[in-house]
Order: sequence, then structure tokens, then C-alpha cells
Amino acid sequence: MNDTICAISTSQGVGAIAIIRVSGDDSVEIVNKLFRGQDLTKVASHTINYGKIIDPDDNKIIDEVLVSVMLAPKTFTRENIVEINTHGGIASTNKVLELLLTNGCRLAEPGEFTKRAFLNGRIDLLEAEGVMDLINAKTSVQRELATNQVTGRVSDLINNLRSDLVQIISNINVNIDYPEYDDVEIITNDLLIPKITNLKNRIVKILEESKNGQIIKEGIKTSIVGRPNVGKSSLLNALLEEDKAIVTDIAGTTRDIVEGQISINGIILNIIDTAGIRKTTDKVESIGVEKSLKTIDAADLIFLILNNNEPLTADIIELIDLIKKKQKEYIIIINKCDLENKLDFSKLPVDMSKIINMSIKNNEGIDNLKAKIIEIFNLNKLETQDPTYLSNSRSISILQKCLKSIEEIEKGLKENQPIDMIELDIKNIWEQLGMINGTTYEEELLDEMFSRFCLGK
Amino acid sequence: MYEIIVVGGGHAGCEAAYACATKKHKTLLITSNLKNIADMPCNPHIGGSAKGIVVREIDALGGIMGKIADKTHLQIKMLNSAKGPAVQSLRAQGDKIAYPEEMLKTLKELKYLDIQEGMVEDLIVENNTIKGIILEDGQKIISQAVILTTGTYLKSDILVGNTRTRQGPHGEKPSNYLSDKLKEYGFKIIRLKTGTPQRIDRKTIDFTKTKMEPGDDTYHTFSFDLSPSYKIEDQEPCYLTYTTPTTHQIIRDNLNKSSMYGALDDIKGIGPRYCPSIEDKVVRFADKERHQLFLEPESRFYDDIYLQGFSTSMPPDIQEQMVHSLPGLENAKILKYGYAIEYDALYPTQLNASLETKIISNLYTAGQINGTSGYEEAACQGLMAGINASLKIEGRDPLILKRTDAYIGVLIDDLITKGIKDPYRLLTSRAEFRLLLRSDNADLRLRKYGYEVGLINDEQINRLHQKEQAIASLQEYMKNTKIKITEDIKKQFTNNNIQIPPNGITLHQLIKRPEISMKFLNKIVNIPYPEDIQEQIEINLKYEGYIAKSYKEAEKLLKLEKKQIPENIDYDKIKNIASEARQKLKEVRPTTIAQAIRISGVNPADISILSVYLKKEYNQNE
Repeated sequence: MNDTICAISTSQGVGAIAIIRVSGDDSVEIVNKLFRGQDLTKVASHTINYGKIIDPDDNKIIDEVLVSVMLAPKTFTRENIVEINTHGGIASTNKVLELLLTNGCRLAEPGEFTKRAFLNGRIDLLEAEGVMDLINAKTSVQRELATNQVTGRVSDLINNLRSDLVQIISNINVNIDYPEYDDVEIITNDLLIPKITNLKNRIVKILEESKNGQIIKEGIKTSIVGRPNVGKSSLLNALLEEDKAIVTDIAGTTRDIVEGQISINGIILNIIDTAGIRKTTDKVESIGVEKSLKTIDAADLIFLILNNNEPLTADIIELIDLIKKKQKEYIIIINKCDLENKLDFSKLPVDMSKIINMSIKNNEGIDNLKAKIIEIFNLNKLETQDPTYLSNSRSISILQKCLKSIEEIEKGLKENQPIDMIELDIKNIWEQLGMINGTTYEEELLDEMFSRFCLGK
Repeated sequence: MYEIIVVGGGHAGCEAAYACATKKHKTLLITSNLKNIADMPCNPHIGGSAKGIVVREIDALGGIMGKIADKTHLQIKMLNSAKGPAVQSLRAQGDKIAYPEEMLKTLKELKYLDIQEGMVEDLIVENNTIKGIILEDGQKIISQAVILTTGTYLKSDILVGNTRTRQGPHGEKPSNYLSDKLKEYGFKIIRLKTGTPQRIDRKTIDFTKTKMEPGDDTYHTFSFDLSPSYKIEDQEPCYLTYTTPTTHQIIRDNLNKSSMYGALDDIKGIGPRYCPSIEDKVVRFADKERHQLFLEPESRFYDDIYLQGFSTSMPPDIQEQMVHSLPGLENAKILKYGYAIEYDALYPTQLNASLETKIISNLYTAGQINGTSGYEEAACQGLMAGINASLKIEGRDPLILKRTDAYIGVLIDDLITKGIKDPYRLLTSRAEFRLLLRSDNADLRLRKYGYEVGLINDEQINRLHQKEQAIASLQEYMKNTKIKITEDIKKQFTNNNIQIPPNGITLHQLIKRPEISMKFLNKIVNIPYPEDIQEQIEINLKYEGYIAKSYKEAEKLLKLEKKQIPENIDYDKIKNIASEARQKLKEVRPTTIAQAIRISGVNPADISILSVYLKKEYNQNE
């Protein structure tokens, strides 16, 4: 028997409504305790019911809601599911969630609904991954990417690689199993080299493009660094425009604590804060290069805020060098441009194109900053592009493993190892790729051998 | 009254009878015709890629095929000798007279074996256990175990052009009732098909228009116990010729006369993918200008030449035209026409890994009745069925070879787990651990099992232990022997275009270099170990990385093989398993999670559900 889990299933704070999903044996009973309206334990399955969520302790109304009741097994997880549509405000949505947790639900781990769907045999592995992404999609670009994964455009990409590989493998196998046939092309190491190079280039390309996929899916992790009082918080608030601020203190939703999210051209900018830096920067006078390290490592993009009204210090230069050494994307924001210039721009060890002048207090320069982000990450192109990249990390790590196997093939070819040894590594890549979309292979290979080559007595 | 009865005297039956009788069980071999003991009704060769390794495995376990082939073959060669050690495999051109004669002689010498002619038409079954057999004439013979090795003789039909004749490969009487009886006992019976080409009179072939294919000029044996008994120069060559555009035209013009292309409309049997008829080849590969054909002698004692690659079910008059269109065969005399044969077989998922049937205890089946094709595939199953039937009546556990142990393990696991669509042939590509399952190490892999079951004697196992010790000793020798680079040695390196190594380098370091062979090392230093020991070290050190990878993969599999599925599991009780998977699991009844994964139609989600269920219900650990 599974315990009952719940979570906010919509992107927090963005939409007009929010959906809280509850799944498990007791989901109807638990929600019913908080619901004023019809008795949910008696309504028909797959119905939507209007009512109010109340706090059973003081009978205070929390929100006006629509509650969908869906009984097992015809549900996404094959368990009893209740979905509560609330009015989307952070406060009320969080309150409903809190009430569920205090009345017998457990907070779902990331992906736990999909995991249950998978374990209960509702969906297969690749679908699980695609659906996960679809659920988590916060923007339209994300949704398109996830849909591609579900409908098989990513599969096509992988299948093309595999079908080229299976041709090489079956040809080598035919050479092994039918050595007496002189009219079948003999695959030699020399013939193999260009094929392997081609394969490598294609995998490298997919991996590179997958970086974009990850940006679409996971957003750009951005951290703001700078001395105290240079305007870090003001920048954050200015970007978030206050009312849209999302505060997710629920640990485990992401590895880093996200202070806020904004959407630029459909791409999520996750402003992150890593443990340590927040506490110390307030107290310590210097930036604390060592502490900043963590923040920099975790981020895809760094905003370094400097005060136009203060002279440049050595630790700033050191920090910039560090960011450059880590090959991270960064933007230097010179704040307080409305005040007297005491900062010597010419001593900054960066290209002028990396610098944005702002006066956050006067709301000046925000658009320039957004334009710069779009430029750095090529977001205009991303939005119009056909997104067929691999976007989940499991697939990407498999591809990276394949790349390693290719290096071993190249080594083997260089050492002039027998082709049947090298074939073992090629077959390994083919099997790995099969794992991305969960294909079984044995028969596939034999079919290929006997359909392409004319063999036998 | 016998302990074990073997039905059928083909390659499976011979191995089964040999194993049982050698293990001192009173055994009866029943054959429809004594002349057909160890008959080779189709191609004349023994071995070939993957199959040659199986013959060595049979020998390592204490079987007989390799030894009989060594004593009688017309030529032998090592296939893929230019490739890596994992894919090298022996192939001999057998002698269709001498091989069966030698086999019959060997079997007749066995004290515990009786051989009798007869046609088995029913079984004696009590409480789902076999008790013996019933012959055509009603005679009952009682036994504790029965091994069915009936080959293609279950309701076999010979198909030529538009004729269908109920007979065996040489026109003998087939078994008309046994497969119906098996059906009555609850077995699922399938219909399969195969074919064979023409035999040509050697004296009427102009070999000058063909290419000669001689045997190897080095000596080989299948058996680990025999020295070569042939002379290299006495080997009989094969010859190579090709089809012509005229051949293809004749086939296309007469396609509707072929049994398989419409002349017969009641063909149910599924033919082997790897063994297409010449009609299939011309139709399916229409853009190919020509197809290879091999002319293979069948025996030293008569003139039949086997026309490999020309298998057909055309009527005789068309076959005449086809054969005469081939270079060198313009005036050839056809001694026997090609034909297709359709026969009944047992769907192999009805077997346990021991080759005992799931429905009837102590009943074993081996060879073509299990849906395989090939003499070697049959022989190795016969051997395993013989071993396991003996072990069963001795009250011992069966010998189950794993996919990581032997090609034999791959074959049996494939049969019982995946079932078949067409007659099953072993291929190198079916063995995921082929680098571990080599021709050269079959004895190191399997002799111990042969000894445990009692088919390998003390002398043979001692020889193996000596070999293992020598390998270990040479390994040390390679590590400890440093080479002083003298002027003479320098010359050897430069002459062979190999970079001169630093003084004091060990043999171990040298052999690891891709460009250096054991043969080369013997030129610069005398390595006091026999060739087969040196070969082991060369392979182990040279391909260390690849071999290590294979072992790692093998370990992963073995871990899953350890996750047992209880025999009495009720798949209907597992919720949420996909219905196709449930049906397949119920049919195959895998014994381990690893085997369950290999069943087609059982996907990863089903496996995770099954694992969760086992953990819950049977408290299995991860």
C-alpha cells in the first residue's frame, strides 16, 4: 500500500490558477476533511466539484476551489487522484498545501507521481521521462521540447544514429559469420575510421545542442554577487517586479535554493542563492572570494554588481579573473550611475561589451540587462528554433558515455586492433543508444543481417 | 528394460546415447534405419563460424562429434584466421561415408548401449512422467527416461515443384503419429521447413572453370585429446563458381513452378532466414549480378559433389536448366535433385534449461525437434540432454551452462527463453560474450564440468590441470624475463619495422604492444613453452582491456542470474503487469530475473514491477 502524496503541480506564482495534486489510497478522504461542498467520498469518479477549502481548526475559508476526483485505476498514477484548482496566489496555494500535509499527506518527492505511474505500469521509461518534462514545463518552449520527446522526434535522432550503427555492426558480423563470402564488403579499420569520425561529430553536435535543451528545460541558473549594499536585493526585486515573486522554500525542488524566477523570451532565469554566501556577505566587509566560489560554480550566468560611487578594489579584479577562468557567462553591472563616478572603468579586466550601466533605484538599465542576457544565450534563436535536443540528464549522460566508447574505438583503430574487438565497442554504443529510448535489440540486429545481405546455402 | 531410451540416431541421438552409455546407464538407441546413424543429409561440413566452437565445446565436455570428425574429414581450415581470436572457428569438410561408419563403430563398442531399428509412434506416460515408448508394431519398451531426437522425421514432406511426398530426406518412411501424440499430451507443435541443393557427378564437372579452395596448410584438430591423423597434402579441395545472368533468367521465368513460389499452396513451414533458396536470393536481391556457389566433395568413396548455395524446390526439368547454366557445370550430371522439406517441431519454450520438457518429467528433446538446424546445434543438445537425463536418474542436479560459459548455453537459453520463428542456427553475433567463449579456451572453460558429470576421465583432467599450471608459469616467466637489447636483437626489430625498445624491457611489456606477436618474440628469445600455452598468454595479455570489459559485463549478467524467480510464482497475482508480458512470463516461466529480461515482449517496466513483487512477496534482497 502506498502512502498519499501531494504537491503543487503547476508552476508556482505564474498562472492565474494553481493545481495541487494528491495521489494515494487516502487522497479523497484527506481532501474531504478540508472541503466544504459535496461529500467527495460520495461523488462519481472523474467529476469536477465546486466548493471551498477551509482550515478545519478554525473553519476559516482559505480559497474558493474546483476539485477533480479521479478514482483508480484510470488515472495517471493508477491510484486515487484528487486535484485542487486554487486561485494561484502564492499564499493561499501554500496554505492549502500545508493543510494537506498536516492532515495526512506527505510532500511528493520530485517526479514521484511519474515514478508511481511508471511503477504501476501505466507508462514506460521514455514516456516517463517525457511526461516528467511535460509536467515540469514552465514555458511554451519547454512544453514543445517535452512534447517532442514524447512524440518521438528525439527518438528519431537517436534512431538515425542507431540505424547507421547497426549497418556497420551487421556488416562486420556478416564478415565474421560468413567469411567465405567474397561478395560482401569487408569492413576494415581503414573503412571504419571515417564512419566513426562521422558518428563522433554527430554525437558531439547533439550534446552541444542539448545544452540548449537543458537551458530550455532547467532555465539559466543565475547568481548575483557583489559587496553588501551595492544593490543585489534591489536588482532581484526589480527583475521580479515584486508581485510575481516566487518563493520556493521547499527543499529538494532544485539543488540550489531559487530566490526567484523570471521569464525572458520564454526562458526561465533562475536566480539562485547558494548556502553560505547569503549569510556571510551581509556581515563581512569584503566580497569573500572564497565564498563566492560556490555561487560561481553552481551558476550558468553571473551578475557581478559594482558601485559606480566606489573605487575599484583588488578583490573585485581577483573575482573577475576567477569567473573568467571558470569560463562562466557573466555580466558586470555598474549600479548607482546616478551618483558621482568614482570607479575607474579602464582598470576592469573585461571587454566593454560585458558592462551594463544601471541605476536600479531609478529603474534604469533593466531592459539593457535583459537584452544582454538574450544576446549571450542566443535566446531569440532558441525560441524560433525547432527544439529536438535531448533534454534529460540521463540521456545526456548516456551520450557522454558513448563518446567515451568512441574514444576507445579510436584508440583501438590506431593500435590496429582486430575489427571484431573494435566491434564490441561499437555494439556497446548501439546498445547504450537503445537504452535512451528503451528498444530491445537482439532480433533487430539479426533481421538487419539477413535483410541486407544475401547469405546461406 | 532400459534406464534411458534415445529415439533417433542423428547427431543429437548419437551424442545423447554416447553420453548416457559412457556414464554406464543401460541405454537403448532406436533408429528407423541403421544406415542413417550420424547421417549428413544436407551439407557435408562440420563446424563453421560459431559452430566450430560448439564442436570444441562438445569435445571439452566429453562428447564425441569432434573426435569422429578429426578421424574422417576431407579437409579442415581455421575460419577468420586473419581476425581476432574470439571469432576464429574450425570448419571441416566431412566424409558422408566415413563419418557415419566411424560413429556407428564407436557406438557399437559401448558396453552399455544397445542399438535397435524401429519406428516409435507413442510414449508411455503415467502421472506426467515418462515410462517408456511404444513402437509401430505395438511393442512396449520400458525406461526411466526418454530422449527424443527425431530430427526432421516428424510428419516430414519432401517438396519438389508441385509435388508433396510424405517421406524423410532419403525417401524413407517418416514418423506419422508421434507429433500428433505429443499434441495430445499438450505440446505446442509448429511446422518448419528447410531445403537442400543438388548433388552433381564429380566426373562431369569442368573444374578448370572454377576456383580451387584448398584446406589450410597448418594442422588442426577439433578434439583436445587427439593429434592430427591426416596429411595436409591429402586434403580434398572445394571449388567456387558463380551463378550467371542466364541462371537468374531461368529462375525468374519459372518462378511459379517452385514449390515455395506458388506451385504448392499449402506450405505452412517457415524456412530459415540464413538459408534462403536460390529462388529467394534471386527475388530478394534482384540487383545482385551473381551469387557464390561452392562445389563441395561429399566423400572419398563416391562422386557426389554438393552444390552449396543452390538450394531449391524447382521441378527437376528446371533444375537441369539451372545447373547447366553454371560455369563448369554445362555438362554436369545431376545425381540427386534439390528439394525442400517440411516437418513438425516442438515449440522450444516448453523446455527447461536441462532440455527436459515442462509437461512430462524425464522426457527430454534435442536437435531439430527443438526447432534448430545444423549438425553441431543438434549434437550439443543431444549431449546436454544425455548428460541431464543421466544426472536426473542419478538423483543429481542438472548441468546448466550459462551464456557466459559456452555457445551451448547461449543456444539453449535462446531456445527456451525467446522461442523461434524460423529454424535456429548459431551465429557469433548471438553470443554477447564471444570474447570469453573462444575456440582456443573451450577446454579451460568446460572440461571441469565434463569431469564432474563423469564424461572426462582422470587422465584428461590431469592434462588440463597441467595446462593451467603451464599458463600460470608462463605468465610469471613473461613478467620476469628481461631482454638485453643486443645488436642482433636490434636487427630483428629494425628488419620487422618495429621500434627498438629500451634495454631490460620485459617480455610482458613487449607482448602488450599491438605490433609485437609471440611469433616475433620467439625470434629474439627462446620461450620454453608449447605453442598452445603461448597462444593463451598472447591472447590474455594482448586483449587484456577488451577481455576485462567482457568480464565486467558478464558479472553484471551473473548478478541478475542470481535473482531467482520462485518456481511456483503466480503471474496472475501480480498487479499492473502488461498483459503481453504476463502471457509471455506464464509461457516461458523464467527461473531468474536475467532470463525474464531476455524475453521479448517483457519490457523494463514489467521487470521493475516483477522485482517489486518478488521483494514484497518473497522478501528477496536487492
